[in-house]
Amino acid sequence: MSGILVLCDHAGGAFKPTANELLTLAGTLGGPVFAAVLGDAPAATLGGLGASKVFQAAGSFGDYAGAATVDALEAILAASGASVLLAPGTYVAHDALPRLAARLGAGMATDCSSVAMVDGKLVGTRDWFAGRAQGQVTVNTTPAIASVAPNSGPKSESTGAEAEVVSVSWEAKTPGLEVLETLAPSTDGVDLNTADVVIAGGRSLKSKENFDGVIRGLASTLRAGVGASRAATDAGIADHSEQVGQTGVTVAPSLYIAAGISGAIQHLAGMRTSKVIVAINTDSGAPIFEHATYGIVGDLFEVCPAIAEAVQALD
Amino acid sequence: MNIGVCVKIAPDTNARVKIAGDGSGFDMADQVHGIPDYDEYAVEEAMKTKGAHKGSVTVFTVTTQKADKYIRKGVLALDGDKAVVIGEDASDTLDVARLLAAAIQKEGCEVVFTGKVSTDGGSHQLSPMLAEVLGWTLVSKVVELSIDGDTFTATRAMDAGIKQVVKGKLPAVITCEDGLNKVRLPNMRGIMKAKRKPMEMVSAADLGVSIDGGRTAEGSFAPPPKRPAGRIIEGEAADAARELVRLLRDEAKVL
Ligand SMILES: Cc1cc2nc3c(=O)[nH]c(=O)nc-3n(C[C@H](O)[C@H](O)[C@H](O)COP(=O)(O)OP(=O)(O)OC[C@H]3O[C@@H](n4cnc5c(N)ncnc54)[C@H](O)[C@@H]3O)c2cc1C
Repeated sequence: MSGILVLCDHAGGAFKPTANELLTLAGTLGGPVFAAVLGDAPAATLGGLGASKVFQAAGSFGDYAGAATVDALEAILAASGASVLLAPGTYVAHDALPRLAARLGAGMATDCSSVAMVDGKLVGTRDWFAGRAQGQVTVNTTPAIASVAPNSGPKSESTGAEAEVVSVSWEAKTPGLEVLETLAPSTDGVDLNTADVVIAGGRSLKSKENFDGVIRGLASTLRAGVGASRAATDAGIADHSEQVGQTGVTVAPSLYIAAGISGAIQHLAGMRTSKVIVAINTDSGAPIFEHATYGIVGDLFEVCPAIAEAVQALD
Repeated sequence: MNIGVCVKIAPDTNARVKIAGDGSGFDMADQVHGIPDYDEYAVEEAMKTKGAHKGSVTVFTVTTQKADKYIRKGVLALDGDKAVVIGEDASDTLDVARLLAAAIQKEGCEVVFTGKVSTDGGSHQLSPMLAEVLGWTLVSKVVELSIDGDTFTATRAMDAGIKQVVKGKLPAVITCEDGLNKVRLPNMRGIMKAKRKPMEMVSAADLGVSIDGGRTAEGSFAPPPKRPAGRIIEGEAADAARELVRLLRDEAKVL
């Protein structure tokens, strides 16, 4: 067995950025690169990103179908003969992938920030304790499975080459779920997940009116995505889909502004890898300042509008 | 209903992380080891399910630590009925899943609740592996649940704030996400009653499971890369804001 198989996620036929990132990464690991595609998508185009062969499973995978993903990936892995399976570090890595690992008796490294082949073994670097430590996982089995966190590596330009597409048949054997409804967050404005600038507010905003005025106000000036602490979403000041942290969204924008957020460990887990962090807090001892690139000790109700004014003065 | 809940005895999300000198492991023996955050949601959901459907709750854990006080106070005192402590030092997640699955099968559970992720390793692997070994339905990161006979409807929290309402059949492994319920503290009466509840100690051999391990090896632990020291911008709000915006544009080049 040899070769690296990449699970290339797509939404309704359009490949997600993780497909490009993972194929690019796989190309640096040595050996042939194969792509796995579940459902209907322009599979051959992955040749332009380095896949020498694409294994495609027909069937209805909807937005996500965990049980079908396990069964189809098992068949694709066998058909490809790959010794390594790479997948995006998204919901699939916390649901279908470990189930497949158990079926195959394979070791898995979850949500790595980087992976390498060392002496023929897959080694992943990943977080422990929600980012308060890092370490390495060496996978001793064949196949070896790893998920890689989105945005962890570079993307490539397509060469325009087309790959051979092999259609793989598979058998449903895992007990599945019927999806009754998909509830997408209301994303008026900039999408928090992919925003280049994020402004987030905490409990200290006290009311929805204040949050809308101060945080959303500054967000529209900065063309930023809006985030919130759990204390803010729990209080109903901000929407649950806007929660940043261990139980919410993980973001890594160029600029993250935390206004009236104390910097609890669980909040930091969702934004600590932002390039520049700005903290605005009345308490100079707030833990958020230990992680901030720039800090202003002050009242957010004064500082945020002043930032909006200063930005407008630039234009 | 015969309800199971799996918990890990581990430091919670607020623990201070200390890495052993040579980076081969963590030195956290002096940290509070209890039932970590997400597992508490699993415990509460098990109790809510018992409240709604009658039956009993059995708690399962794999540990070589003294689990007694955590299990009694954290589960049995909240109306849990029985504990099964599997006293094995299993570091391979698939081994842990096999041990739990064997114990769960022996008890005849119809539904098992787990926390969505552990607060230490955080690999998200145990629950899907457990579902596979049992051959059961899996629902991950559940924020809303209702069970009706042998079917259930669950809302699961997926990526990017997307949620899905799904329907499936028991038996199932259900992993619990923040928001599913509000955890409670035990009362005095519960704590007293818990002292007399059965706690069974079992080994891998009792369960007929052989631990083979070694599928992965972990090490080279280190603190996360340090961020460069930050800077506090002094001055009145208006002046500080202007200086911040200047720095963001000219120094950090992010505006
Ligand atoms: C299992 C678990 C999971 C969790 N997951 C998450 C998660 O995903 N995301 C998350 O955010 N939290 C999460 N939490 C909660 C987390 O521990 C904190 O409670 C939460 O982040 C605190 O939110 P906050 O900073 O808004 O509130 P607080 O901690 O109350 O902080 C408010 C801050 O505002 C400052 N302040 C007050 N007034 C002003 C003012 N006028 N101007 C400027 N500053 C002001 C205060 O000095 C203080 O620092 C989780 C907790 C647990 C146990």
